[in-house]
Amino acid sequence: MNKVVKNVEEALVGIEDDMTLMLGGFGLCGIPENSIGQLVKLGTKNLTCISNNAGVDDYGIGLMLQAKQVKKMISSYVGENDEFERQMLSGELEVDLIPQGSLAERCRAGGAGIPAFFTPAGYGTEVAEGKEVRVFNGKPHILESALNADFAIVKAWKGDTEGNLIYKAAARNFNPMMAMAGKITVAEVEELVPAGTLDPNQIHTPGIFVQRIFQGEKFEKRIEQRTVRKNA
Amino acid sequence: MALDKNGIAQRIAQELKNGWYVNLGIGIPTLVANYIPHGIEVEFQSENGILGMGPFPFEGEEDADLINAGKQTITTVPGASFFDSATSFAMIRGQHVQLTVLGAMEVSQNGDIANWKIPGKMVKGMGGAMDLVASAENIIVAMMHSNKAGESKILKECTLPLTGVGCVKKVVTELAVLEIKDGKFHLIERAPGVSVEEIISKTEGDLVVPDVVREMHFD
Repeated sequence: MNKVVKNVEEALVGIEDDMTLMLGGFGLCGIPENSIGQLVKLGTKNLTCISNNAGVDDYGIGLMLQAKQVKKMISSYVGENDEFERQMLSGELEVDLIPQGSLAERCRAGGAGIPAFFTPAGYGTEVAEGKEVRVFNGKPHILESALNADFAIVKAWKGDTEGNLIYKAAARNFNPMMAMAGKITVAEVEELVPAGTLDPNQIHTPGIFVQRIFQGEKFEKRIEQRTVRKNA
Repeated sequence: MALDKNGIAQRIAQELKNGWYVNLGIGIPTLVANYIPHGIEVEFQSENGILGMGPFPFEGEEDADLINAGKQTITTVPGASFFDSATSFAMIRGQHVQLTVLGAMEVSQNGDIANWKIPGKMVKGMGGAMDLVASAENIIVAMMHSNKAGESKILKECTLPLTGVGCVKKVVTELAVLEIKDGKFHLIERAPGVSVEEIISKTEGDLVVPDVVREMHFD
């Protein structure tokens, strides 16, 4: 089945105010940067964004925060963003901080038809407040619920016309689980190829999870912390 | 003399065992990778989806798609693998990773750790720390003995919001190696030239001090 849409404009048709979006990536690595640019252009408001991080001030989801499009962030770590901190401390922005492994599993569960699961992460901390606790094998666990989204927007290295995706290196991160958990999943890829080009043995996200795919116009792929060692 | 950050990392590296998979947190823990003892083979896991993490790249060889959990550009070693975040935390929660080293703001004598939030001041999020401390069998905390205000971080009870309860087994600071057992800190080693009295005076939690406290040994 052909999932190809012409461009980012067509890919994001149907995104409206008050929707819940999942956005793949870890830090600035593996984020759907073309789609984020388009979301800023669209000016959609009151969004709930599920993403491990919130970008930096002038890049990634940080751009949507600057434009005050985000009502609520669901993330595990948001430390690189002054505007985020300002909006959070002033109460403009709702923030739900979730342990990273629980966030990944909650997305996976949402896509896998598992409504909730028990995890030891967060037991005895404020994350556990209001959550059911049960002891398994002598150890307390807390009940975490699945996450789903109206749109999941992911970024892959290569994709084919069927929506099959291959990620590169550490840019995989949250993308595969989020791809599973979107009512509509949009994949932006660096390279879009005809079906049959990619080796089926090497597919990370099977096309069934992807409704729309397009090749991004350009990828800046900004590096957040450039660290190098001296040449020998 | 008290250790510097590299000294703390070097002392922790002595805890590494052959064949271990190890997760290193941000800060001092990252430095542990520089001091792997001779003859020991370990593999580093980064929770953003890498097993077999190598050193920083040479200038010009940075890859935006290849970063560690601290968002730094890195490399991989031969035999490395990449995976998604759910698989990564399956490795962590499923206790396939043998050692976790992480920093802390406070540790208490029953093994509680606080390292993610200072209410009203610093709210960056817990990242993967809560998943790591809830499941790792073997957690070593790398940190300074006191905070910038000179107050002990080795406490009877943590005052900051917790990251995990009853999970820390060992703490290495610039002054000492402490083990946590039966609700108390036990002084195992002191840094070269550091007196037991200094360690006692800078430790707020209950500290069991044996008759003889050996000095850390570095090759």
